[in-house]
Amino acid sequence: MHLKYESTLREPLVDGVKDYHQVTEDIISPIEAKPGKLWYVGFFISLLLLGFGIFSVTWEVYYGTGVWNLNKTIGWGWDITNFVWWVGIGHAGTLISAILLLFRQGWRTGVNRAAEAMTIFAVMCAGQFPIFHMGRVWMAFFVLPYPNTRGPLWVNFNSPLLWDVFAISTYFTVSLLFWYSGLIPDFATVRDRAKTKLRKLLYGIASFGWTGSTKHWQRHEALSLVLAGLSTPLVLSVHTIVSFDFATSVIPGWHTTIFPPYFVAGAIFSGFAMVQTLLIIVRKVLKLEEYITLGHMEAMNKVIVLTGSVVGCAYLTELFMAWYAGVPYEFATFYKYRAAGPLGWSYWIMMTCNVITPQVFWFSKMRRNVAVTFVMSIIVNIGMWFERFVIICTSLYRDYLPSSWAYYRPSWPEVGFYMGTFGLFFTCFFLFAKYFPVIAVAEIKSILKTSGESYKKGMEQYEEQSAEVFEAGLHHHDDHHHDTHGAVAHAHN
Amino acid sequence: MAVKNFVVASFSDEAVLFPAVKKVRTAGYKIHDVYTPFPIHGLDHALGLRETSLHTAGFIYGITGTTTALSCMSWVFNSDWPMNIGGKPHFPLPAFIPITFELTVLFSAVGMVLTFCYLCQLAPFVKKHIFHPRQTDDLFVMAIEVTAKTNTEELKSFLASIGGQQINEQRAEAGWWYGRFDQDDRLFEAKRVEAVNA
Repeated sequence: MHLKYESTLREPLVDGVKDYHQVTEDIISPIEAKPGKLWYVGFFISLLLLGFGIFSVTWEVYYGTGVWNLNKTIGWGWDITNFVWWVGIGHAGTLISAILLLFRQGWRTGVNRAAEAMTIFAVMCAGQFPIFHMGRVWMAFFVLPYPNTRGPLWVNFNSPLLWDVFAISTYFTVSLLFWYSGLIPDFATVRDRAKTKLRKLLYGIASFGWTGSTKHWQRHEALSLVLAGLSTPLVLSVHTIVSFDFATSVIPGWHTTIFPPYFVAGAIFSGFAMVQTLLIIVRKVLKLEEYITLGHMEAMNKVIVLTGSVVGCAYLTELFMAWYAGVPYEFATFYKYRAAGPLGWSYWIMMTCNVITPQVFWFSKMRRNVAVTFVMSIIVNIGMWFERFVIICTSLYRDYLPSSWAYYRPSWPEVGFYMGTFGLFFTCFFLFAKYFPVIAVAEIKSILKTSGESYKKGMEQYEEQSAEVFEAGLHHHDDHHHDTHGAVAHAHN
Repeated sequence: MAVKNFVVASFSDEAVLFPAVKKVRTAGYKIHDVYTPFPIHGLDHALGLRETSLHTAGFIYGITGTTTALSCMSWVFNSDWPMNIGGKPHFPLPAFIPITFELTVLFSAVGMVLTFCYLCQLAPFVKKHIFHPRQTDDLFVMAIEVTAKTNTEELKSFLASIGGQQINEQRAEAGWWYGRFDQDDRLFEAKRVEAVNA
């Protein structure tokens, strides 16, 4: 029951005159139609990239990590940069679905499904980098603590790299469970309206036999709420732990206590940018502009400008502390080799893309402009890639010993590996966009009567009434508890 | 698990459904279930269902994870293979926190989802009777169990009077069975019951 009252002053979350059936039609029918030409082109390009990635990785596994341009000084290069970048992108989905659920932000319903899918695919991409950086990848299972025949020699539970193993795998599992439990009812919707036998069979399997029973919904709600409650600290912990990989070391430029909040803000920043990039395309291609509205984009742009500014503050704080702490090595890292020096250009790309350009989102006109948002989302992701590159490489390439100073540029297998993860990401996303309900159908239906445009219009007459008149009107209804709703329905008729 | 007879009515609006549920219950009929395309807050209370204890289960799974993580790590570092890592203590509690936290969340989430699937009998290849194909689309479908005392015709006209639409009778398995949604229901039990009656 939608007893929650929402002011008509708030922008509707679902545009147009719609009933429940229309919502189903709009969101499910792209699954039932043949994909367009663009889909095939995009999917084919993704597969090509994925293929090239597999080739590059095979090359690396066969010849060893020596084919990467890493050296004694720069032990972490593109691989860990890409790892942190992808994990960061993977933060928006859970943030949208968990934190915004706890904060009762209705707008999350339009974008959460796609954002969660993006999270899962991004974490899959991220995981590849540390695994293949191990070199002898067939021994990757050594990171798991299990009673083994080597002593048993256990993993070091004090190591942040091991914390990462636990954090990333937990994050992936919980995000997957959260995403899939939300998908079950929507798969049932696809199944029950399916015309072909194959679709009935496959969505029948995927929907786990969901019927929509009241008791099941009650448990489903409880499950979603608790999973959201668990995911909220989880999403913060994951990038905190990723930042510990650096912060617990003694390398100037890494050894800073500001890293956890700074990394989390950066992760949300880049994650929302990636959600924008994908959703701007999805809403256009699948004609879902009435569900993923300009209001949704504006809300996300607000998050982008907030987190971008947090990140900007962190950059300045780092610079200040490097000077204020009075440690010559810290000072040298930040002022001589990061903001200047042979890799200084990457620092200024980072500063421009992450701190300066997102300030356009202080203007409502810019936040609601699709083209600006799309371009900005890509700029932000370039900037956030460079942030990780700057943190990792500019802290390493000027060592304590000038004799070990080095420069770093990637070799083709490193670039190929990165391109391959794009292939993996977009292959998954194209399949998702074609075969999965890209918007949470059941959740949209549950906010339709409070936040749908046509229903909000119906409430306007009640907004203008005084409280006394409204209350007097209530007593005409039989059932006292459901008055607000009755009023909405009545107004709609 | 039994094949039962049901009288099924559909409602197209929550505003009609709620008073209808109340009236059906007051009239003494046994509502088998109400199927809805999305969660309707308050319907569980209207149907007299008790609150779910899934959160409690989640809490128990969570503390199981906490205990598992802490006890395993301390056992490894203190008794199974005490190792001197840079002179650091063998029970470095702060360094154990991240993994402890992650396992708490992992156990709780996995445990809750499995419990949820078990309680609601959800699994791949599980099939249940769908009373109306649009109960996952836009209709709120009420299934009332026909008992020995039920006057079906009276019930049907009663449902019609309180706003029910597309009222019909269905004979169906009330539980779940392994099956495929692209094939017709195979009600083995139904045949058996009929054979016994004949």
